[in-house]
Amino acid sequence: MSIKFGVVVFPGSNCDHDAHHAATDVLGQDAEFLWHKDASLKGADVIVLPGGFAHGDYLRTGAIARFSPIMPAILDFARAGGPVLGICNGFQVLLEAGLLPGAMLRNRDLKFHCEHVTVRVEQNDTPFTAAAAKGQRLRLPIAHGEGNYYADAAVIRELEAERRVIFRYCDARGEVTAAANPNGAVNNIAGLCNAARNVVGLMPHPERACEATLGSADGLVLFRSVVMALAHEGAARTA
Amino acid sequence: MKARVYVTLKKSVFDPQGKTIADALHSLGYGGVTDVRQGKFFELELSAPSADQAQKLASEVADKVLANPVIESYRVEVE
Repeated sequence: MSIKFGVVVFPGSNCDHDAHHAATDVLGQDAEFLWHKDASLKGADVIVLPGGFAHGDYLRTGAIARFSPIMPAILDFARAGGPVLGICNGFQVLLEAGLLPGAMLRNRDLKFHCEHVTVRVEQNDTPFTAAAAKGQRLRLPIAHGEGNYYADAAVIRELEAERRVIFRYCDARGEVTAAANPNGAVNNIAGLCNAARNVVGLMPHPERACEATLGSADGLVLFRSVVMALAHEGAARTA
Repeated sequence: MKARVYVTLKKSVFDPQGKTIADALHSLGYGGVTDVRQGKFFELELSAPSADQAQKLASEVADKVLANPVIESYRVEVE
């Protein structure tokens, strides 16, 4: 039985089709686009907030998208435990919406970074890393000007204590170093989850790295993970 | 009635743009500029019965939309 991905489309989203393609053509699952002005999630089992430049990044990244008509339904879905993945601009929307803590600052060097980086999977007890191994290195592309993750010291302490940092920028050997940090993010944080662990946001683009033709298929594990996690959940429900 | 809203990064938050501008000014010989913080400026046209109400309204939208309280602080002036 296949699961249904709901891919939210904001004006300015540009990785929505990549996420749809990864879910359907690569993984053989169902997927549907959800226009930001819709109020219904159309029965989606998992929500993806894709990368791009929603509303032109006006005011702040994700600041306008946060007030989209579809957001209340996504907040309800997330609070009920539904898996939500925010990628790049989608991560920024989750931060603005308060589903994840912290905020993004301009990259430390003020440059837009468009390159492949390596991230280390720190935790595999989220629906988007369940099929990955702890410490696994993923080669993923980044493309952002504001990925310099910031939260105050108390929030960072809480995130670390609760093992909510899910991905960290690292070098090719898996070492978390300052040189491997592309944007200045606190503690090399590339992705994190909420307290209930069902909402995950990350700056790199796993949906653009799901086939060897694209230079890396390492991102597929996030999509495979959620398919696996939901299959287990379904099996538990029917048991 | 008009309100001006000034949004800047909090003192505790590093401002890479402000730092770059300060460095550029120093390289131009403006050693007297010791630091720069870059921010945003908004002019709001308000329909409010009093200056107090205008202040309240502008502060509310600054807090909810114009500034992100995680990283930014704001100041409101009503005229």
